[in-house]
Amino acid sequence: MAFKATPQKFTAKINALTVGTGDREISLGGENVFPFYSFDAPIENSPKIGIEIHDAGHYAGIPGMDEYYAGADTLAETARRAAAVEGADFLAVSFDGAHPDGGDRSVEDCVAVIKEIADAVDIPIVIEGSKSIDKDVKLFDKISEALSGRNILVLSAREENYKSIAASVGLAYSQKVGAESAVDINLAKQLNVLISQMGVKSENTAMNLGSAAAGYGFEYVASTIDRVKAAALAQNDMMLQMPIVTPVGAEAWSVKEAIVSEEDFPEWGPMEIRGINMEVSTAAACLAAGSNAVILRHPESVKAVSRFIKALI
Amino acid sequence: MALKGLDIFKLTPKTNCKDCGNPTCMAFAMKVAQGAVDLAKCPHLSDEAKAQLGDATAPPMKKFNIGAGESVFALGGETVLFRHDKTFVSKNLYAVNVCEGSFDEKLPDIKRVDYDRLGERMYVELLNLQFTGDAGKYAELVKKALDAGRGIILECRDAAAARAALELCAASKPLLNGADAGNYAEFGALASEFGVALGVGGNSLDELYDTAAALEKLGNKELVLDVGSTSIKDAFAWAVQIRRAALRDNDRVFGYPAIVNPARLAPGDEYLQTALASLFTLKYGSIIVMEKMSYAQALPLYGLRQNIYTDPQKPMKVEPGIYPLNGAGEDALCVTTVDFALTYFVVSGELERSGVPLNLLISDAGGYSVLTAWAAGKLSASSIAKFVGEFEIESKLKSRTLVIPGKVAVLKGEIEEKLPGWTIVVAPNEAVELVKFFKEYKAG
Repeated sequence: MAFKATPQKFTAKINALTVGTGDREISLGGENVFPFYSFDAPIENSPKIGIEIHDAGHYAGIPGMDEYYAGADTLAETARRAAAVEGADFLAVSFDGAHPDGGDRSVEDCVAVIKEIADAVDIPIVIEGSKSIDKDVKLFDKISEALSGRNILVLSAREENYKSIAASVGLAYSQKVGAESAVDINLAKQLNVLISQMGVKSENTAMNLGSAAAGYGFEYVASTIDRVKAAALAQNDMMLQMPIVTPVGAEAWSVKEAIVSEEDFPEWGPMEIRGINMEVSTAAACLAAGSNAVILRHPESVKAVSRFIKALI
Repeated sequence: MALKGLDIFKLTPKTNCKDCGNPTCMAFAMKVAQGAVDLAKCPHLSDEAKAQLGDATAPPMKKFNIGAGESVFALGGETVLFRHDKTFVSKNLYAVNVCEGSFDEKLPDIKRVDYDRLGERMYVELLNLQFTGDAGKYAELVKKALDAGRGIILECRDAAAARAALELCAASKPLLNGADAGNYAEFGALASEFGVALGVGGNSLDELYDTAAALEKLGNKELVLDVGSTSIKDAFAWAVQIRRAALRDNDRVFGYPAIVNPARLAPGDEYLQTALASLFTLKYGSIIVMEKMSYAQALPLYGLRQNIYTDPQKPMKVEPGIYPLNGAGEDALCVTTVDFALTYFVVSGELERSGVPLNLLISDAGGYSVLTAWAAGKLSASSIAKFVGEFEIESKLKSRTLVIPGKVAVLKGEIEEKLPGWTIVVAPNEAVELVKFFKEYKAG
């Protein structure tokens, strides 16, 4: 009497979203099984990893980063260095410095920044915003125009500004649109519906459902992603079949465990190792729940999560 | 096939006698159907009904304990594949792998990680004692492990060495992990003789299935299924298929907890082990064996586990009290928020980032978020005044300025009335704005 395996293959699928062009083009999603359930059916595209830099360079506050990026004096060189990390599938550029309270870098300057970066690398580019609703509208419009033909993913169309962003990024420049909502299945679905009503095909959108570092309410993240994938696959809910892209680095590198100094908490050991473990643990948990891509900051985290994905696919 | 509550109800005496601890026979039947209560709790069922219900109502996954004394740990008893369907019940346990050569070196590091997070002790619960071929040395290892105050896993496929080890430590109810297709009869008998749970492995999922079935037939009802160490991919595939067979397909043969061994799946690779432990926390590892457990690994892993195993119906709470931040003394500014763990962590994290010494006052707000607590009447001028009184804030602290959450700005006037002599300051609505707020507050 042998074990009778009953595979759980769904007729519905997660949409496959392509980002980038040429040899380095990537596809996110496309699977018709739960995350890493390759024993049920082959996984169409393995989950992808993005490495994150921002508009002024690398994240210098994170230990180990100055060493890794040493000598990279220009944005172009920083971007090349990031893209060269083993396991990095795409480059994520965050415009932290464009927020009115965070430097207020002008849209023109931001366009110059992204052009310099884009000219330096051939891997796909994902744009993260300034976190300012109004600024992002102008910023994404100009960036999408400047990188026309690069097939970028612009991550942050929110409830308050999706109309302008969907119209410019998605329709005028045919770039890919990422819908960003709070960690909640209903809000996520609503935003997807609204964006699709604007005329952006759901095959051209991704979702950012938000994240939380391990230990900081991650149960909401896990259960939301679990439910989104169940609705997308088991109930064929077409408004939840977009691949999920989850920025992890920003969350992981802001919690106490990753940022207090070793002098203050000698028992805890070196800050860099703590932060990498936090980033890796959170990323692995997101991928286990169903994220199709994670965005990370530390090169060692990128390498480790890449080993993790390779071992499971 | 699982029975519905109504089918079970029809077979109950329908007397609502409450002998089972439930208010009505219907309530009892519903719980039995969910696998939450054992049928045997009803003393009045006819033999006929018992026979009819017997197997069909047994919980889909066995629940039992390993360990003894202060180190007793529950395993299994899960009823759902996804926590949003109900809740996960027995949190995964962490073990560190030790062998005769490495024990003395590893023990101090294992003991160092031992802390409290939201009222839960975070530490390495189990020691995985790996047999390396010498029964005499293994016995020495067991003796040392007995003094460490942790639960014990005997990972040993040598029957003679296992017997010698069990003679030393059977009283502490270890898990004997060593049965396979070749030795199961002997190991099954050993586990029964010493009254311990038995771990069983196999070269394939089919072989594991058959061996588990054979052991159950021999009377071993407390099994732990070893997902093996051939590959990471297989270990995950086994863990999912075992749990899914038990809970979705009601296949009792696989209705047991699983043990996974990242120490062997990714030797020497700390970060990959952290990633694997995170994966198996979400998906179906009941015991996770690590090469080591540093603070850097423990902090995210135990936090993640606490999140995943939290009951969706019971919010995580922090204890009410005074939490001094950034070296705050009695003169430092007072700040208050609710006791909902997520709010506390987010707010205290931002306050720490501000670098400004502050005393964070946490009152009992029922474990709700700020607005929910306010709407439910758990966070009010009275509740804050009551807290200030009960915790003798006015004698413990000198500051008479209290910063309240922006979302309950409406409480300002009322609190000032209830706390004469205090100045109430309203903070921004969102936690992310706190760093700026307090830096400027200090400057101003």
